[in-house]
Amino acid sequence: MPRPFTPKVVTANALLEGDVVYFTAADTWTRQLAEAELLHDAETAEARLAVAAQQQDQIVGAYLTDMKDGDAGPEPTHFREEFRRTGPSNYFHGKQAEA
Amino acid sequence: MYQYNDFDRAFLAARNAQFRQQVERRIDGSLTEEEFRPLRLMNGLYLQLHAYMLRVAIPYGTLRGEQMRMLATIADKWDKGYGHFTTRQNIQYNWPKLPDVPDILDALGEVQLHAIQTSGNTIRNVTADHFAGAAADEIADPRPVAELLRQWSTDHPEFQFLPRKFKLAVSGAEHDRAVLRAHDIGIQLVEKDGQRGVRVFVGGGLGRTPVIGKVIKDFLPEADMLPYLEAIVSVYNTLGRRDNKYKARIKITVNENGLETIKQKAEERFAVLKPLFEGVDQQMLAGIRAMFAAPAFRNAPLEGYEEARAASPAFRAWTDTNLSAHKQEGYAIVTVSLKKHGETPGDATSEQMRLLADLAEKYGHDDIRISHEQNVILPHVHKSDLPALYEALKPAGLATANVGLVSDIIACPGMDYCALATARSIPVAQEIATRFEELKLEHEVGPLKIKISGCINACGHHHVGHIGILGLDRAGVENYQITLGGDGSEDAALGERTGPGFAYDEITGAIETIVKTYLGLREGAEETFLAAYRRVGAQPFKDALYPEKAERKADAA
Repeated sequence: MPRPFTPKVVTANALLEGDVVYFTAADTWTRQLAEAELLHDAETAEARLAVAAQQQDQIVGAYLTDMKDGDAGPEPTHFREEFRRTGPSNYFHGKQAEA
Repeated sequence: MYQYNDFDRAFLAARNAQFRQQVERRIDGSLTEEEFRPLRLMNGLYLQLHAYMLRVAIPYGTLRGEQMRMLATIADKWDKGYGHFTTRQNIQYNWPKLPDVPDILDALGEVQLHAIQTSGNTIRNVTADHFAGAAADEIADPRPVAELLRQWSTDHPEFQFLPRKFKLAVSGAEHDRAVLRAHDIGIQLVEKDGQRGVRVFVGGGLGRTPVIGKVIKDFLPEADMLPYLEAIVSVYNTLGRRDNKYKARIKITVNENGLETIKQKAEERFAVLKPLFEGVDQQMLAGIRAMFAAPAFRNAPLEGYEEARAASPAFRAWTDTNLSAHKQEGYAIVTVSLKKHGETPGDATSEQMRLLADLAEKYGHDDIRISHEQNVILPHVHKSDLPALYEALKPAGLATANVGLVSDIIACPGMDYCALATARSIPVAQEIATRFEELKLEHEVGPLKIKISGCINACGHHHVGHIGILGLDRAGVENYQITLGGDGSEDAALGERTGPGFAYDEITGAIETIVKTYLGLREGAEETFLAAYRRVGAQPFKDALYPEKAERKADAA
């Protein structure tokens, strides 16, 4: 039996600001993970990554990353993505300060 | 100190104008990221976890007050009011925005600084002993040689696409404060029979395959240095592997081909290159050397210094830990700690930078150094000025008396910033420093270097920490391995792993266990951690760290 697919979102960094962005179902980029499109199968995920990666004028380095389906939208399964959606732990900078 | 000439100024202005156009073309869509990436890296611009990061070179760790002030201005105008000094004598800005970077580079250019070759497979910022030109044990100031190497390596047409990055360090003393043996090439200024020359180490490096550099040339007359270095890098450029990024550094080239082969090929290449140099490099070196003439030292009484030491235990503690011997009588080398307990190692706010610039001008012959240990040094301070200097540093949080002690920790940015990191480093350093401050133990413990890296690339030099900490990702959880007995000095050694790693919330306790074990077994306060470790080995520390295993062993015996 194939391994169950871990849901994913497409994420990248914004071209101008460099901050973390996520791809939405409307083919746009959002700073809020909760607004990201959660992808439930491998085929869709690859197809959405391909669409997202075309938007080179807005973002850098699009990739798929694991998420789980939380109460308020996608939630990280790994601490790296938790830091990316929060900001550094030594200063109140980054996303945590902008929310 | 070196001053740019017209050629330098024109080169930097042209290069910055070029990059400005490249940024514009990336933003208007005419360059893809794939095309732009190598261009931005050549100019020190990385993309990290939360933002871009601009790495600015501080050649051989030397700054004038006006340069430090500009670093502060940049932090305020285009970043978040601070900068991070790194283990390669660079400063990193963690939050620049892409459209602002050309303006930042122009601002740096105004004070003769740049970000060229702080990334990419090139010869990187040339580092040096941070006590250069001041240390009592130095035979010559390494900075003129370092500046010559900077000029030679900058935009060197043969060395813009090496198999991998290439790091040079220069020192002028037998006691190695520049970690020469952990560099691709380390250069030590030496004297033999009254003749000035260099000892050359090759193939050192940390990272996933740590190697202590080997002597490829015990003595080379000064006039042969540059052609010989060019020969080594040239041989590496040809022989170095380009098929595997992890086997591309010169340490692997040396290990795979053997030091003798590399040496023989370097000698052959040297024979070709030497006649081409025609002594111009030596004329340039002489010109550079004149710019690094020692400052006009004061011959003044030490009034007030001993009295202040007697009157204030805090001042006395600071002078005990943060001063080093100066070659000039009446002077001291002051290390300003950027490791206040609980703060981020190596970070300075713009206010702190401005104060340091002012104090360097007022008390320090306008000379500032950045050490690879992430502190700031005022290399030339007359002892009679030390009480006033201390009082000025104190309200800015810059008077922590901990240089060389437990809380004087090197830490890479780790996963709080770095895209390559596998775990956090900074909060681990903060917690260890805070713990030992609470225990009030560090002065009793004495000299102890803790170095933390957040991935195997080892920017935090953990392999050469007396206690090294390496943060890893173990099945989606941060895990910290400990090494003991590493040493970055002339007695260079790589630390030995204690055993299984520790969780994020266990690592500070583990370090406390190690330090308390040392206190329990040392033969006296004069036996340092490293000396005690060399005497007893790793076992007592392992037994303390892994008591269950020790018990099982005892039961079985």
